Amino acid sequence: MSVLERQQEAGYATRSPVINDFSLVVATANGTGSQTANLTLLRSFFKLGIPVHGKNIFPSNIQGLPTWYHIRVSHKGYIARKTSEILVAFNPATAAEDVRELPAGGVCVYNADLKNLPQRDDLIYYPVPVNELIAGVEVPVKRKPYIANMAYVGVLAWMLALPLEVVEEALGAQFGYRQKLIESNLQVVRRAHEWATQNLRKQDPYRLEPMNKTEGLIIMTGNEAGALGAVFGGVSVAAWYPITPSTSFMDALREFLPKLRKDPGGHPTYAVIQAEDELAAAGIVMGAGWAGARALTATSGPGISLMAEFVSYGYFAEIPAVIWDIQRVGPSTGLPTRTSQGDVSFAYTLGHGDTKHPVLFPSSIEECFEFGWKSLDLAEQLQTPVFVLSDLDLGMNNWMGRPFDYPDRPLERGKVLDAAQLEALGGFARYKDVDGDGIPYRTLPGTPHPLAAYFTRGSGHNEQAQYSERAQDYERLMARLAHKFTTARSLVPEPAVELHPSAKVGIIAYGTTRYAIEEARDRLARQLPTSFLRLRALPMGQAVREFVAAHERVYVIELNRDGQLHSILQNEMPEYAARLFSVAHLDGLPLTAEWVQKRLLQEEARLR
Amino acid sequence: MENPLTSERTPLKLNTVGLSKKDYDGAPSTLCKGCGHNSISSQIVQVGYELNLRPHELIKLSGIGCSSKSPAYFLGMSHGFNALHGRMPSVATGALLANHTLKAIGVSGDGDTGSIGMGQFKHLMRRNVRMVYIVENNGVYGLTKGQFSATAEEGLELKYAGHNEFPPIDLCMEAIVAGCGFVARSFAGDAKQVRELLKAALSFRGTALLDIISPCVTFNNEDDSPKSYGYGTKHEKPLHELGFIPYAEEIQIAPMEPGELRTVRLHDGSLISLRNLDSDYDPTHKLAALERLQRAQETGEFITGLIYYNPDRPSLAEVEELHTPLAQLPPEQLRPGRESLEAFLQAYR
Repeated sequence: MSVLERQQEAGYATRSPVINDFSLVVATANGTGSQTANLTLLRSFFKLGIPVHGKNIFPSNIQGLPTWYHIRVSHKGYIARKTSEILVAFNPATAAEDVRELPAGGVCVYNADLKNLPQRDDLIYYPVPVNELIAGVEVPVKRKPYIANMAYVGVLAWMLALPLEVVEEALGAQFGYRQKLIESNLQVVRRAHEWATQNLRKQDPYRLEPMNKTEGLIIMTGNEAGALGAVFGGVSVAAWYPITPSTSFMDALREFLPKLRKDPGGHPTYAVIQAEDELAAAGIVMGAGWAGARALTATSGPGISLMAEFVSYGYFAEIPAVIWDIQRVGPSTGLPTRTSQGDVSFAYTLGHGDTKHPVLFPSSIEECFEFGWKSLDLAEQLQTPVFVLSDLDLGMNNWMGRPFDYPDRPLERGKVLDAAQLEALGGFARYKDVDGDGIPYRTLPGTPHPLAAYFTRGSGHNEQAQYSERAQDYERLMARLAHKFTTARSLVPEPAVELHPSAKVGIIAYGTTRYAIEEARDRLARQLPTSFLRLRALPMGQAVREFVAAHERVYVIELNRDGQLHSILQNEMPEYAARLFSVAHLDGLPLTAEWVQKRLLQEEARLR
Repeated sequence: MENPLTSERTPLKLNTVGLSKKDYDGAPSTLCKGCGHNSISSQIVQVGYELNLRPHELIKLSGIGCSSKSPAYFLGMSHGFNALHGRMPSVATGALLANHTLKAIGVSGDGDTGSIGMGQFKHLMRRNVRMVYIVENNGVYGLTKGQFSATAEEGLELKYAGHNEFPPIDLCMEAIVAGCGFVARSFAGDAKQVRELLKAALSFRGTALLDIISPCVTFNNEDDSPKSYGYGTKHEKPLHELGFIPYAEEIQIAPMEPGELRTVRLHDGSLISLRNLDSDYDPTHKLAALERLQRAQETGEFITGLIYYNPDRPSLAEVEELHTPLAQLPPEQLRPGRESLEAFLQAYR
């Protein structure tokens, strides 16, 4: 039986069309160059004006292990992960399992060379005769496997009614001005499209129609957005040790800085150092921050572990530093290429002794940019290490966003005394709370005044920065640091609050779980109306307490096993501990709206 | 502007930047009396005065240990950073990226550099961060009461630590191999040589290592082994149980002639052999320098003087093409304009 006949027998053509609302997953082996094809699809949908988001679920491997690229297309603007109705089966190793996971009525676009593909009666199959389609395309042998992926782009373009000129435009965005590459790729897309038109009959209901919902928007990864934010925040020293998934943050920083940050004489206004390990990366940042640079590092969980000693130092000796933690799954090496929110409690109190640190939670590329510059301000204002907790999903995937707002205020450099001020004051005490906010004054090395110098140490010190083991000195210092942390509550970004007038139930979440939660709230709008507080930073301020006070039950939803923020909030608000409930989950994948919806209803049934 | 530290001491002799030698002092030392580290601090003070250093143009840094406490005891008008154990090199790297016009003196010990900080030490040399890196080397952990450090002689017997089974790490060799272009060894008691090396090191374009043998007066031994740091029979108890640390004078020796072999008696009566490098020794050959160090190790001598010199490698600041100190950039050079953000984002539409 021919493909066409088999499909006619399956008889799905009668279903009503599903327009701009589906999720597709491309299953390939790592290192086969499918990323270009996948980003071409993503950009094509974006250029059609349809809200779209792509998630790369990839292995910790250079070549060979399975990788899945999920693309969600939604006219309503939902971009959370969702079960895919369309599968592109191009990886022999996972094809059987991938096919089994499709829901009834799903579509399987498969490489015609795949052997033993499970045949399900409730699916629609479209073959892609890859070898036939790439035969005769003029391209170096080395690049053959790369352009082979364009074959599924062509078949999908046919299936979804994606105009080829949009694909061409998207390819242009991928390859820039490398016309030859665009041509050879496009040739395969066109052939596949033509072959499908002649040999396949559309049986599935999914298709695209142009919209105008992406007009004026940009597409970028969170790591790029954060790095760009740092460039506009005046970062001048950056040090790092390579680690997935933070590496692309530093790659972006090193790409952007030379383009945007030269002085009038053409000299760089920055230095970026690849350190020998995360200990040294943190040390370079501390040294630079101490001497007056705007310094940052980017890392992930294992790096945070190594940085603990310097973060403890920075807290105690009061040195500005910014640490981006692009969270991946722990403990230990964990799942290096999977996403999580597992470092929240660790980062918040990192270090031996009594330590606590401001932690910012970006949830979008706009917030990555915003916190990129704000974190550098906060670190100098508060003279302390500041964490930005992003995650692999946000950091490494492409997201739509509004073009970023230019910083709405000048650089905040904090309390730094220069020689003239020292002269007027007749000196200063490095660790004295002069203004009542817990934040002391500092001087920078190189300040030309005999009273500028002080001695920085991680050992006990008095207000004059002299070595001290006196009980009173220590206690007073630690009390002031605690008071400084109270000041931080009013300086860190406010939460984003959506109050529902009749909701008895509230949700608190942070970071990228917002997308699944927003979709789930819409689905639950009648059955279970909820208010939503999206926390943007710790330490929490009064707004969080008021939100909890205004609801009977508040679910803290997060992507970790133990409900880390839930515990922190219970500690911060013991009077409301009994109305805070943890809804936590971690399997390495971003949350889905289905899961959030189901769990909330279960919890409600249990508690109400 | 009246200088508060000099205004009441008119009889003192001032250098060309208007400071007396006392202005280069730090807080009183809390190290044991007679400690070689104090001798080194004195020479830093002397050199600061003689070179007419402006204290605010210099930073001093250290790690953790007895040696690392010493920056508090010199150059009180310079910013200081007492870092973490073995991590001074990274802090210095960051500070000198932020302001590459500062001079810097780092003080470390043999444990701080040779064990916990070996990685950072070697990468500092490799990057050629412009600073003077002093190792106050006594082969023993003083603050934790007398364990072997990685620079202790193989076969050395210490009452507390027992028998040392492992070969010593020679920090000068490590520095040369890592790319350091100024590698010198000296003895804390040889004031003149320490001063001369310090002055040269301060003017070097990259990292300058001074490995200075600095006898520990408390945790020493009394045999006549070539490198006789150790643990004295009189002081076998841990330091915090000692009610009395005997007063000792810092050991000072007269300047040595080129090629001279001098045996110096330490506080406990043990001996150390110092060999001043010959006047015809050529410090510009890397392999010859390594060979000379190896030979000295085999004969149980410590060669002193400038062992290796190569000023050709650019410093880190030069590699990074730094111009205005990053810490002193005006806001308009730290934040690009509004229009450049809009233009930049065009490529992401």
